[in-house]
Amino acid sequence: MSFFAIARLLIVAAVAGGSAWSANGPANAAMMQDNIERYRVEAKALGQGFEAFSAERGRILFSSSPAAGKPDTPSCTACHTTDPAGVGQTRAGKEIAPMALSRTPDRYIDVKKIEKWFRRNCNSVLGRECTPLEKGDFLTFMASQ
Amino acid sequence: MPLYPVTIIAVAMVLMVSTAVRADERYTPIQDSVVAEECGACHMAFQPQMLPEKSWQKIIGDLSNHFGEDASLDPETVTRIEKYHRDNAADSGWLSGKFMRGLNKTSAPLRITATPYWVREHNEEVPERAWRDPKVKSKANCTACHRRANQGDYDDD
Repeated sequence: MSFFAIARLLIVAAVAGGSAWSANGPANAAMMQDNIERYRVEAKALGQGFEAFSAERGRILFSSSPAAGKPDTPSCTACHTTDPAGVGQTRAGKEIAPMALSRTPDRYIDVKKIEKWFRRNCNSVLGRECTPLEKGDFLTFMASQ
Repeated sequence: MPLYPVTIIAVAMVLMVSTAVRADERYTPIQDSVVAEECGACHMAFQPQMLPEKSWQKIIGDLSNHFGEDASLDPETVTRIEKYHRDNAADSGWLSGKFMRGLNKTSAPLRITATPYWVREHNEEVPERAWRDPKVKSKANCTACHRRANQGDYDDD
């Protein structure tokens, strides 16, 4: 096999690998939108005059310090840092992958996983479950980051 | 020449002893992938051999109040995690593990770091300033110092 043949093979492999990798991005984002859609249906069903999710309200929720739940977790940012693209740290010292969709593209795919962490962390930080409006706002904000 | 077999035996004995010393702090890595993933989401998934069954019952029975956080899980997953910890607790099996040292049948410490064995292994060797290092952050962060703790290997002390 000549040098050029090998080089061509390597380039083809690199291009194929690259496109396979980037192709996951839109698929992940679409699955995240499906989950946002699910919360939209729930929010509408509450009949409280729901209009649309807001990334800005999501940002405020993420950045706030409600300190209304458990004492060791006064805010989202206590563990996730104030930057959605930042690497967080649990109280036990373990790294937390960034919340921003652009940094952790496969974070918002699985319904059960999303619901599990909303239940746990809303209880820990807010002392109650989050509403469908809060969940949709939060995901809309993270999808924009 | 008459010394030859003696030498072989001596070398073999030295190897046996040194192997035993090296493999002193080894615990079976967690075999159940669900247990490994769920228990390892926020902290290192501690090997169940490090607390008695009664301790695990208390801890896993109150995941909504888990050391200051809500770590609740669906009932099926909780049952699976409970069984794995019951089957592999420090006091399971015929011979109790070393984490039962200084504990009796009724003791149920809620933290591995509260067991007499853990305290004895760490209190003289680890200076106070090491615990304050921001990279350590918590006594629950075994891997900060024991790099292979996830694989049940704590021999690097």
